[in-house]
Amino acid sequence: MNEFIGNMDITAKNCNLFYGDFQALKNINIEIPEKQVTAFIGPSGCGKSTFLKIFNRMNDLVEGCRIEGDFRIGGIDIFDKETDVNLLRKNVGMVFQKPNPFPMSIYDNIAFAPRTFGITKKSELDEIVEKSLRRASIWDEVKDRLRKNALGMSGGQQQRLCIARSLAASPKVLLMDEPTSALDPISTGKIEELMEDLKKDITIVIVTHNMQQATRIADRTAFFLLGELIEYGNTDDIFTSPKDERTERYITGRFG
Amino acid sequence: MSIRKIFEDELAELKTQLVEMCRLTEQMISDAITALVNKDRELGKSIGVMDKRVDEYEMAIEKRCMRILLKQQPVAKDFRQVSTALKMITDIERFGDQAADIGELVYSMPGEKYIKELTHTKAMGNLAVKMVRESVNSFINNDEKLADEVITLDDQMDELFATVKTELIELIKKDGSNGDQGIELMMVAKYLERIGDHAVNVAEWTKYNETGVHQKF
Repeated sequence: MNEFIGNMDITAKNCNLFYGDFQALKNINIEIPEKQVTAFIGPSGCGKSTFLKIFNRMNDLVEGCRIEGDFRIGGIDIFDKETDVNLLRKNVGMVFQKPNPFPMSIYDNIAFAPRTFGITKKSELDEIVEKSLRRASIWDEVKDRLRKNALGMSGGQQQRLCIARSLAASPKVLLMDEPTSALDPISTGKIEELMEDLKKDITIVIVTHNMQQATRIADRTAFFLLGELIEYGNTDDIFTSPKDERTERYITGRFG
Repeated sequence: MSIRKIFEDELAELKTQLVEMCRLTEQMISDAITALVNKDRELGKSIGVMDKRVDEYEMAIEKRCMRILLKQQPVAKDFRQVSTALKMITDIERFGDQAADIGELVYSMPGEKYIKELTHTKAMGNLAVKMVRESVNSFINNDEKLADEVITLDDQMDELFATVKTELIELIKKDGSNGDQGIELMMVAKYLERIGDHAVNVAEWTKYNETGVHQKF
């Protein structure tokens, strides 16, 4: 079985994705370096979330979805028959736009993945729960109510809980699809700080509609339009001197 | 009104203010040379009053740029235009300072006959006005070629400065009593030469605005 060890660079070669007859992604080639934050930007419907989801094979469940191309994380072909999808998803966590805690206690939310992977010893689970919540900067806020239902938390707390839940599986890559679009500036700030901290160990790819967020947190930025990757480079370069006129028009709000 | 339209109007207004500020400094340099040539002490003094208006323009443009950065958070070419304007006004303000310094010098000079013809100094004055106007125009009209021309013109300015300097040294060597006026005329030449340098700075920022690369020439 393919193991995810070593360098966690992400690459896609000649990526095409179809929903039935509709081609949603067109010949995308990209190399995403490990332990950096890479932002995907572009107008709604440009394919950035679709592309993001490929990397933990979320599109496998979408009916009529067909994917062509070569996709590797840490050199491992993620669509290879030797690649265990569960193991892939353990290593490649995902956080969504809307916080989606399970309707159970805060503790059980975090312990869910480790239990799935066979950890049953309470002391071990306790340790993973505390460590994950601390890494997601939410431990101090919830340590006295770990047995309370997670649905009673605020939106910002729920989102950090979901990040903690992803971290409990010790992922090497974290995919984030507009993780702060429903949050207030304080919660957003906490999650951005968290990303800055996590990238020491984890490769992060984030879809965002917030240009300022991309400039603040992303080392590299990729601009998508109508299923194509238009421009990809250092964030500073993209936001001060984009090379493609379409990037310029989109980020300056003159698109369309 | 769309947010984009508001931004574009702000930018247009910013450019209008920049042009007004620049025209004022051109007038000041021109007046400074006229005051010098005609030994017009009152005209020399009046340049200082104009310099206060230049300072007000600098503050107003700075405030506008800050407001645009805060409210619009511009990126790409928009960002380069606002940051270029913000950097440029420091140099434009210096155009005014140097002209006011010449005016002040004329006001303090006793009005004696000049120890030399002012041909080269006048040429430096005309060149300074040209460089000032073209440097700011290059930004307003997104004209990188014009910015290059300003950078080239500075060689002429440096040559003229070297000529004036040599002339004055000779005159002082020949007759020590030429010393006071010789030094004053030397200072005028130096102020004009500095205006050329500031115009080059403005041209460099225009090039940054066009290309995204800031390079010193």
